[in-house]
Amino acid sequence: MNAIRVLAAPEPALPNVQSFGHDPLWITIIKAVAIFVFLLLSVMYGVWMERKLISRMQHRYGPNRAGKFGLLQSIADALKMGFKEDLYPSKVDRFLYAIAPVILVVPAFMAFSVIPFGPTVSMFGEQTPLQLTDLPIAVLFVLAMASIGVYGIVLAGWSSRSPYAVLGGLRSSAQVVSYEIAMGLSFVGVFLFAGTLSTSEIVAKQASGGTWEVLGLSIPMPSWYVVMLIPSFLIYAITMLGETNRVPFDLPEGEGELVGGYQTEYSSSLKFALIQMGEYVNVFVVSAVSITLFFGGWRAPWPISLWEGANVGYWPLLWFFIKLVLVFGGFIWVRASMPRIRYDQLMAFGWKVLIPLNLAWIMLVATVRAFRIEGADRTALFTIAALVVVGCLVLFFRFDTVLQRRRETRAEELKQEFELLEEQPAAGGHPVPPLDLPHYHGADRKEISSGIH
Amino acid sequence: MTGAVPSYLSPTGQEIVFLLLGAVTVGSALLVVTTRQLVHAALWLVLCFGALAGCYLVLTAEFVAWVQVLIYVGAVVALLLFGIMLTRAPIGRSADLDSGNRVVAAIVALATAAVLVTVVIDGFRTAYADLTPGRGAASEVGSSLFRNWVLPFEALSVLLLAALIGAIVLSRTDIRGR
Repeated sequence: MNAIRVLAAPEPALPNVQSFGHDPLWITIIKAVAIFVFLLLSVMYGVWMERKLISRMQHRYGPNRAGKFGLLQSIADALKMGFKEDLYPSKVDRFLYAIAPVILVVPAFMAFSVIPFGPTVSMFGEQTPLQLTDLPIAVLFVLAMASIGVYGIVLAGWSSRSPYAVLGGLRSSAQVVSYEIAMGLSFVGVFLFAGTLSTSEIVAKQASGGTWEVLGLSIPMPSWYVVMLIPSFLIYAITMLGETNRVPFDLPEGEGELVGGYQTEYSSSLKFALIQMGEYVNVFVVSAVSITLFFGGWRAPWPISLWEGANVGYWPLLWFFIKLVLVFGGFIWVRASMPRIRYDQLMAFGWKVLIPLNLAWIMLVATVRAFRIEGADRTALFTIAALVVVGCLVLFFRFDTVLQRRRETRAEELKQEFELLEEQPAAGGHPVPPLDLPHYHGADRKEISSGIH
Repeated sequence: MTGAVPSYLSPTGQEIVFLLLGAVTVGSALLVVTTRQLVHAALWLVLCFGALAGCYLVLTAEFVAWVQVLIYVGAVVALLLFGIMLTRAPIGRSADLDSGNRVVAAIVALATAAVLVTVVIDGFRTAYADLTPGRGAASEVGSSLFRNWVLPFEALSVLLLAALIGAIVLSRTDIRGR
């Protein structure tokens, strides 16, 4: 095994899956602690940057009392939260109430262990990649961590024994689970191009775009996947807002309806700080994944990449950090400009728009990739592709006509109802939901029908 | 699949971890059916699936392990919890969680376990899996699935599609019967 690893050892600058797992323990500890500290500082100054930037977009100053430009504001907030009394509302499930913020935070931190920050560097005399670890299926690991984080949300809501918190937790878990499907599908295009699920190799594949031979011309392809796979990226950008419960998908915390959603009962103690930290780290995770998969990872953007030393040593840390700040700035920009959308619109958008669009796009990408394989049976491919397209069109028109017919009958019924109401305004009574649903009083109580339904 | 069979008397660290994870899986599975708190039962199920994913990881089946976490822990039990909380999810112990059929259920469960254990023992006996890392990556699993096991795969996807459409038809009240 070791012999194979030595043979497969790559050139030092571009790490791949095989270059992990050889670090001495102390290097691993240094990297883990560095990522942890980086994330803690990012959360503190992320909160500051968000407050400052959104204030400027709304023509106000934002925090400017604690320290120069309010830079110490986050430290003041953290200290205050640390010294607050740690309250347990009466009759909560104490264990789950205490552990839920931890379940929210830990997977978010763990997802960062597979994010590549840079190439192989020499750290205190050891050659090591600037990435804690890598797996052959690293992107799947990030998705799995996000799906474990859902438990933190749903348990925080349930264990606080408050209707608003339960509703917020339910909304949030349904939303995250739905948007995770679209998110996973938007990665498929990247996998088809890169041919691997390992984050370090996906970054390496974005080093050069290769060429496309068409009609005797060789056209150089752009190297970042955001250009080649722009539909995948746009869908990912939408799902990353949904996945992290950010505006315009922050229904779980819709303060007009649900107070604070699942965190309502966590009154600003350290547990509340943990929940906030978990949310921000989740935002950084999806931003880092978008950089790794679509924006060339730690590689320098075009004008800088002409400089020979741009992609060696510790410089890539800077490019990665700049990209992270820009993507996070995008989150804030969206928050400052978008209203919150309605819950049924959110669900319909996720399931009926994002997922079908994604599937169609994956089919297209896969077909194009298959055409470019040397020695592929192009006639067979073309026939299958044509059959699929025709089949989809037939299905679509069939459903469209049925829907149209249904819409017309419904309009007809409405028209008749309005005519009836014109003549007899009290006809049919006022529509009232049944007020004795067992839901409100516990399952033991017998349901009393209101007589209308 | 088979390799030289080492002695059972000096287990490696890998084997010990595997056995411990197996014990956690069985223990949490028992707690799922014996706990008196409804939501805790679902959470024990999470632990059970998680420990099973750990077993897959020890067997170097990384892809299967993380898909197990993603699908079973992340989606199936999350939806289960969602369903429990939408209907009723009391905090604390419930008195009425015992089923009248529990003796029969226990017998069926034990019989199923016995059949599975005998089949596995009879089928593999002293076969010893060669745990070379890297065999469980996506490309290996994918090529094996779509070259050797494509018929069961397609049959399963048709079955799942049928279940999906069935669930939609059952839950929609605006589709009239003919």
